[in-house]
Parts: sequence; C-alpha cells; structure tokens
Amino acid sequence: MDAKASVHQADLKPTRRPRLVKLLPSNIGGPLIGLALLVLVFSFSSEFFFSLRNGLNILDQVTVLGILAIGMTAVIVIGGIDLSVGSVLAFSMMMLGWLYQDQAVPLGFAIPISIATGMLAGLVSGALITYAKLPPFIATLTMMSVARGLANILTQGRQIVGYPEWFTNLATVRHFGFLSATVGLFLVMLVVAWVFLRFRAGGRNLYAIGGSPEVARLSGIKVRAITLWVYAVSGALAGIAAVTMAARLDSSQPSAGLTLELDAIAAVVIGGASLSGGVGSVGGTLVGVLIIGVLRNGLNLLGVSPFIQQVVIGVVIALAVTIDTLRRRSSTAR
Amino acid sequence: MQAALDNRHPQPDAVLCLRDIGKAYGPVQVLSQINVDIRPGEVLALLGENGAGKSTLSSIIAGVVQPDAGGSMTWQGQPYAPASPGAALGVGIGLIHQEIRLLAQLSIAENIFVGRLPMRFGRVDREYIEAQAQIQLQRLGLNVPASRKVEGLSVAAQQLVEIAKALTLKARLLILDEPTAALGGEETELLFQQVERLKAEGVSFIYISHRLEEIARIADRILVLRDGRQIALHASAQVPVRELVEQMVGRSLERIFPTLHAPKEHVMLQVKDLSCREFALHGIDFSVRAGEVFGIAGVVGAGRTELVRAIAGAAEDIQGHLQLDGQVRRLRTPCEAIQAGVVLVPEDRKQQGVVVEHRIEDNLVYGNTDLLDKSGWVIPSRLREFAQTAVARLGVKGAPQQRISSLSGGNQQKVIIAKWLARNPKVFILDEPTRGIDVGARAAIYEVIADLAAKGMAVIVVSSDLDEVLGLSHRVMVMSRGRQMGILARGEATPVSVMEMATA
Repeated sequence: MDAKASVHQADLKPTRRPRLVKLLPSNIGGPLIGLALLVLVFSFSSEFFFSLRNGLNILDQVTVLGILAIGMTAVIVIGGIDLSVGSVLAFSMMMLGWLYQDQAVPLGFAIPISIATGMLAGLVSGALITYAKLPPFIATLTMMSVARGLANILTQGRQIVGYPEWFTNLATVRHFGFLSATVGLFLVMLVVAWVFLRFRAGGRNLYAIGGSPEVARLSGIKVRAITLWVYAVSGALAGIAAVTMAARLDSSQPSAGLTLELDAIAAVVIGGASLSGGVGSVGGTLVGVLIIGVLRNGLNLLGVSPFIQQVVIGVVIALAVTIDTLRRRSSTAR
Repeated sequence: MQAALDNRHPQPDAVLCLRDIGKAYGPVQVLSQINVDIRPGEVLALLGENGAGKSTLSSIIAGVVQPDAGGSMTWQGQPYAPASPGAALGVGIGLIHQEIRLLAQLSIAENIFVGRLPMRFGRVDREYIEAQAQIQLQRLGLNVPASRKVEGLSVAAQQLVEIAKALTLKARLLILDEPTAALGGEETELLFQQVERLKAEGVSFIYISHRLEEIARIADRILVLRDGRQIALHASAQVPVRELVEQMVGRSLERIFPTLHAPKEHVMLQVKDLSCREFALHGIDFSVRAGEVFGIAGVVGAGRTELVRAIAGAAEDIQGHLQLDGQVRRLRTPCEAIQAGVVLVPEDRKQQGVVVEHRIEDNLVYGNTDLLDKSGWVIPSRLREFAQTAVARLGVKGAPQQRISSLSGGNQQKVIIAKWLARNPKVFILDEPTRGIDVGARAAIYEVIADLAAKGMAVIVVSSDLDEVLGLSHRVMVMSRGRQMGILARGEATPVSVMEMATA
C-alpha cells in the first residue's frame, strides 16, 4: 500500500483550474453537467420549457425545498441527518394559521412565533442527539412523528384557508418583473449560507465535525454546542419554509411537506455531499435542488404522470450518486 | 548472503520461491528484481522504510496484487500465481493485516469461520465451529471461550484470533504486517511465543515490523528492501541495528537523537495528586520545566494516554490540582486547554489527529481559526498563507491544498505539530509521536521535538518505544496500572531500569 500511496502523491500535484471554474466548489462539476443536460433535453422536447417565464416558475416551485435543503446541507456536513423537517414545516405552518385565524394574533407576530416553533423543534432534536446520545436518524425520526402529530392536534386536522393579501403577495407578486419576495429571500439565504460555510470559522468547523467529531473536539471545537445549533437552524429554516409555503398556497395544511425531507436530503446528496459527513456545499445543494425542480417541471410540461415522475426522480438520484461515487473513487482510493 | 541472491533455481527445501518479482504502477517501479526463498518453519523479517515495497511484496505473495510479467513464484514446488487473496489462502498462504479486520459483534468462532460457516440441518453448526475454534485457540495459548464476542478482546488477543483463522485454513505461510504496532511488551511476548510454537510445527512467517529489537528477537533471516529493491538478505538476525538502519535509509546515521539543551528553571506545568476514576488514574505528581522534554514510559494500558488526555482537558471527572505557568487552572475541555496553552498531538493520527479526507490547509485551521482573524473570517488567500508558513516551518513535503491522506505518516504528524506550533503553546504533549512512521522520518520528528523544547515549551512525550523515550527526554516517568512508579533522570534511566519499573 505504501508504494501506491507515493504514486498517488505524485498525481496530486495541485492542478491549475480555469479562473471561472475556480470560483465553484471543486466537487459540483458533475451535477452541474447533469443539470445542463436536463435543461437541454427538456428544451428540445417541450416548446414551453426554455423561457424566462418557465424559469421563474421553476424558481418559485423550488423555493420551499431549497430553504429546507440549505439547513439539510449544514446537517449533512456535520455527519447528521434531519428527517423531521417536512413535519416541522407542517407544524410551523399550522402554528401560523392557528395563531392568525383561531387566536387572532396579528400576522406580524404569528410569523416569528411560527419560525421560533420550528427552531424549538430543531433544538429538541439536537438535544436528543447531543445529550441523550440518540443517533440523529432516530432522534429526528421521533421528531418527525411528534411534529406531524402536533400539526394535526392544533386544529384537529382541519386546514386553515385565507391569509391577508399582502402576505400572499409575498409569494405571487414579481417585483421588477421577475422576483417574488419569497424567491428573493431564498436567494439571500443561499448567499448567506454560502458565505458562512466557505468563509466563516463557524462554517469551516462544521466540516471538521463531519470529518471526525473526535478530531474536532481535540482541536478545541465545541462539537456539542455546534451540533445543537445546526439542528436548531435546520428547524428554524423549516419554519421559514413553512411561512413561504403558506403564502404561496394561501392556506395552512397539516399534511403539508409530506416526504419533503427526503427531497431535501436527495438534493443535498445529488449536490455532492457525503452522508458520512465532512463533504458538501451550498453551491452543490443549489444544483441538486434545481435538478429536482427542473425534472418535476419538465416532466409536468411533457404531461408525464406523477407516478412515472416518482420513478424517474428515483432513477436520477441513483444515477447522480453512483456517478459521483465512481468519480470520487477513481480520484482518491486507487 | 550473495549465495542466496544468485541462486536462480528453486531450492528443494524452500516452500516459496520468488524469482525476479517486480511491480510497476504506471511509470513508477515500486518493486523490482526480488529473489528470495522461504524455508519451512522459518521467520523471514521484511525490513524497509515506508514506500520501500514491503507491503507491495506481501500483497503480491498473498494474491492481493498481481506482479508484473517476467517474474515467477513457486509454492511447494508448483508454479504459483494467485489471482485473489482467497486463492492464496486456498493453498495455505495467509496475510494478517496491520489493522485488525474482525467483526466485533460476532463470536470468535463465527469470525474464524466467517464466509464458510458449516451448515447442519439448515442451520449453522455452532457446536462444530466452536469446538474447532477452541482447538486453534488452545494451540495459540489463548484462554477464552470461542463462543465469546470479539468486542472487548485485547488487541493482542484479536491478533491471535486472526492467526487462528488463518490456521483453520491450514495456512503454511503467514504474513504478519506490523503485528505488534498496537501491542505492549507483555502482549508482544505472548505473540512471539505463539510464533515460536507454530514455527516448530513447520509454519513459515514473513514478518514486517519497524521495531528492530523485535526482529533480532524473532527472525531467522532478514530481507532489507529500499526503494523497491532488495538491498540485503542476512542469513541471521544477529545483525547490528546500526547496519540495518543504514541499509534501510541508505545513508549512515551519525546520530538518531538530537542533542538536548538544559531546561530552564521556570516550572511550566505542575501536576499534583491527579486522579481520574473513569481512567483509573491515581496520585500522579510531577512537574515539567520550560524547555524540558519529559518522557512518560510504560506498557500499553498503564494509563499514559489517559494521563495526557486528562491534562489536555480531553477527560472528564478529574480530581487534583494543575498549575500552568504559575497559575492554578482547571481544564475541563480541550477548548479550555488549548486557550490556556496546553496542546496534545494524539496517539491515533487517523482517528484523532487529522481529518484524512480533508486538505492540509483545512486540517491546519481546525481549532486555529482565531489565529487567522479575530472576527471569524476564513479568507482563502489568508488561509493559504497561514498554511504555507506553518508547513514551511516544519518542512512538510506537500502543498497546502493537497489532501492530507496523500502525505506519509511522518508528514501528517508534522502537520499536526505545525498546527499547534502556530499557537505558540506553553505545554506541548505528544502521544506516540512516531507510531507507524518509518525510521528516516522519525529522526526529523525528534528534531522537531527537541526544537519545541529549545523554544522554551514544556514538552511531554509518551512513547512505547523505550529507546525513543530514553533518547529524547531529560527525565522519564514510568507508569504502571494507572500509577506513577517513579521518575528517572536521563543518566539513570536505562531500558532495563525502566522495564523493571513498568512491569513491577
């Protein structure tokens, strides 16, 4: 093995990448090509696909998933998983509707409370993981069940319809002719998350924790506190996604966000993150989210049945991750 | 020696003959022109630095890697070209890896028979495998029931289980790759006894180790490799250590250990009556001065690692009194210890020291982000500059953006040291600093350690390698079963006196 390692070392001389590519994280090249291919295929097979209008539609459609996926990126980078975000989204959403319609709380107050509700759910998951030492899968699985139950309990399973116009406008009115407030919010959060993960000490520490919690701990990184916060942020983002969704649908539904956590995980993984932690990027996640969004949108335009869509999306995820794994194996473990 | 090299024909008494064995990966020739015979019931030691080709050679013999065309092997008189490790095992050649690969949740017997569990009436024949496994365990002098789970067995015992597994496959040649890397003195002795016993039964061994004193003790002949070439084949193991080291590194070693300067008067670290229930430490009392290298010796399990982890804040529930640079401190987390100026280079590099899949610069900055920028920004250009300086300071062979897994063990260790050196700490603790690092690179690590002391830090070195801990330290504390047995000054500490205390 020694000898092979030294060969490998020779191969690893820093290579020069073109300037434009340098700005991108090194590991999203593959997914980006996949996205370009999808766009190409749909552009040729549907006359409606390649237009500004449809592009904006896709952005609107992926906003909720995208916001969840930002939080999921952080969770997966530290080597965790959050299965609860879909249910927490429903819980926060019902909290918003219940406060606004049943309790007559002004929406200006109800929104921060519902986001805080999501954050609290995330904190509980985080505490179960860091203090009760539950595996993240189990901790968030229980939260998935609890939050879904609470979402139904708030209104006895009843949906809440009708928000003020200024609120629904956030998702429907396109400022400057193209940007709705919710999409704008999503883009801002993307940039903030990108800056945090790439250029802030706190963000770099997430990679250390995901790479090896023990190395991180012995390096003086406060692994427990940071883990707690990452799940809290994931929950808070689920709360923000809930508000976004409520504005878009003009209603709150206790069944909202069902299996959305799986889409979020899929987007992060398609974007090149490793479920074992320490690898992942916001740029990659964005590409993953867009691949899922473009796929859904394109297949809808082609009139493909939702059942077949499910199959296609599953196959695409398997393909994307397989290619990524093979690529990684050929470049590292020779 | 020359006779063996020139002998191109299979010898009648040899079990395995290698002729002109070579291997190239692309343009890099990692092994060439290996000619050696292995006789029944002998231990052939394979010596060489990392990258010398030891692992490649043993992988070829064990069927993991195929040699290049042009060479040939014969096994018990028949042509031998194994296509897989299974094929090699089939004819009786077993490779026992440095890292143990047992299934912790299964029983010893199941581990021994895994992949070929005999069935009876549609279920696994437990009685049979346990009885068979027990016979092998007894043969190896391991007194544990074969039905016991592997989890919780000592490393030495697990090694013996691996050997037992190979023996049930009727192995006639066992390749042991660094079998004692994780073993203490007593466990090593146990392993050697079993090797002797199997030798007497006619089993041959290829024995790979960095520990020269072990080789003198266990080997019959020594094959020295350097840069993939066969440098020497000694017909006896009684070769002066210096000669072997020189053959391995290809240059004459004037001195391995650097000269140490006298420590300063100032006491940097004082530990009083430290104990820890979790780690079974009792009444540890010592002090280290600025500029002093303080060695800690003892067998594995003596509590050395636990002690230094406690000092570095990585253990919980510690009783006692710790004075750092004249101030009483409580260091409850690694974070607090690092802020106070106590840093630890942990014993297990891959699990505790570095994130192997990440780049060198990332590894350098984990825990050091405050040095880059007080307000928490990590700007790539500043990071690269910081990494470049840190890496250059210790002469690490690698660029900051390389993955750390592409470095040799010695260079990885230097990266960890460089990372903490950047903080200019007061107390620098190194736990097994040269484990798994080849001889040539060790000298460089020793230089670095002496240099830390020369800079005025208090340095604590934990090592299982007696020569190392004696050659490197001003004073040596010997530990046994969680207690401190005594502190010896440089002049009075000899391998014998230390071993006596450590095993008392």
